[in-house]
Amino acid sequence: MAFIEAVMQYGFLQKALLTSVMVGIICGVIGCFIILRGMALMGDAISHAVLPGVAISYMLGINFFFGAVFSGVLTAIAIGFVTQNSRIKHDTSIGIMFTAAFAAGIIVITMLKSSTDLYHILFGNVLAVRSSDMWITLAIGLFVLGAVYLFYKELLVTSFDETMGAAYGLPVRMIHYFLMTLLTMVTVASLQTVGIVLVVAMLITPAAAAYLLTERLSIMIFLSAGIGVTSAVVGLYFSFTYNLASGATIVMAATAIFILVFLFSPKHGLLWKMLKVRKKRASLI
Amino acid sequence: MKYAAISIKDLHVSYYGNEAIKGVSLSVNPGNLVGIIGPNGAGKSTFLKALLNLIPKDKGDVMVLGKSINEVRKKIAYVPQRNDIDWDFPITVLDAVLLGTYPNLKLFRRPKKKDKLWAMECLERVGMEEFSKRQIGELSGGQQQRVFLARALAQNAEVFFLDEPFVGVDVSSEETIVKILKELCWQGKTVIVVHHDLSKANDYFNQLILLNKELIGFGAVSEVFQTDIIERAYKSQFAFMNEMGV
Repeated sequence: MAFIEAVMQYGFLQKALLTSVMVGIICGVIGCFIILRGMALMGDAISHAVLPGVAISYMLGINFFFGAVFSGVLTAIAIGFVTQNSRIKHDTSIGIMFTAAFAAGIIVITMLKSSTDLYHILFGNVLAVRSSDMWITLAIGLFVLGAVYLFYKELLVTSFDETMGAAYGLPVRMIHYFLMTLLTMVTVASLQTVGIVLVVAMLITPAAAAYLLTERLSIMIFLSAGIGVTSAVVGLYFSFTYNLASGATIVMAATAIFILVFLFSPKHGLLWKMLKVRKKRASLI
Repeated sequence: MKYAAISIKDLHVSYYGNEAIKGVSLSVNPGNLVGIIGPNGAGKSTFLKALLNLIPKDKGDVMVLGKSINEVRKKIAYVPQRNDIDWDFPITVLDAVLLGTYPNLKLFRRPKKKDKLWAMECLERVGMEEFSKRQIGELSGGQQQRVFLARALAQNAEVFFLDEPFVGVDVSSEETIVKILKELCWQGKTVIVVHHDLSKANDYFNQLILLNKELIGFGAVSEVFQTDIIERAYKSQFAFMNEMGV
């Protein structure tokens, strides 16, 4: 209850809460498409690849949003280019490119001599969210949700059966890079809440839990967003109450939900599956 | 003036310099049910994908319904190989069929009630209406293939391309699918099917494209389905069988 009172009282906590909730929603929504397309590793890669963009934006004194989107999308293109033009497999190409981008980012930040900034970018510090950051997150959030709403049809077809999409004339490659752009924007929005290193968990874990709960993409998206929000609020509570890193507590909350779903999901849960097997075997004795 | 459903002139396709399709030219008239047959590795699927411009070609012209493929994409339906699909995808049977209405929906538009009714009608035509609410992975191979045929029907296409539709499919589903494909041809549609099994080729199709990297034979089944022509396409396999003393 002290937490609720504190939220009422402190502006910084309200901003933190609003930003975390927004991050929970957009990560949950985009995460569904990421895991259904088998791009979990790509999500990890792009989130790391925004680092040099963020660093260079700091250096130039421009909003880090632009630099981050630029370096994220550039890395996505480089990964695609290496895969298509050599025998290197996709996951290997991802590994090469994102570590390169991440390393470049670390060098630039070290040159700026600001290790506290590096720490915050890597691990997030949601309690230090400024109003301007909150508005950026909100704007990115609305843009991403609007894009998913408007292009839902195209995203569904290309995630499920890309060849069909291409056969009837959808620009499948453009849709892929559009999704990569949305992914980069989501990463940027999540920078201060969970940090670069753990964004991938917010993308994948709530979506994976939702995937075990439903057989329809539309419902999966809402469930995933709901799980993302729940994790964000619970995580923020623990972060504030016990003075822990917010990114870590939020991710642990998401993981806890995933474990519960993994065990107890009505259709795909481990427990019910085991019970069904046991019942079947018992009936044969 | 009536155009050929598909006309191909001197098609060449290669993978990193290895020729997969060499100089194929042919023309199919509307209303035909055409089987593409040939041994494994003959480039059947490659040929189909090159026709649809899904993979780049080195040379050659492909015209569908008298136009370039990009102008008529909404009049073609493509059914992929079954193992190209993620059967765990969270989508129900009816929603999968409903995807067939997407090509004819405008940008930002969602399928309406009438689209859903139409998808249901297509599902009834393949005899799968009672499964409409199931997740697609819960179906048998034959049922899955029927659902994908229903999706193609929902597209209201003029030309249908099917890649190995009878692999892992039970006998009664296979009969249903063949019956529907024949009906489509009677309605003047054109159906192109990649098929690996020689045994039923003469029952199913009225024209055959016999392929082994180059065009070995093309025409009415009775003309192409001759031992010497088939032998030429399958000669590597036949040589192997001779060695085995078969």
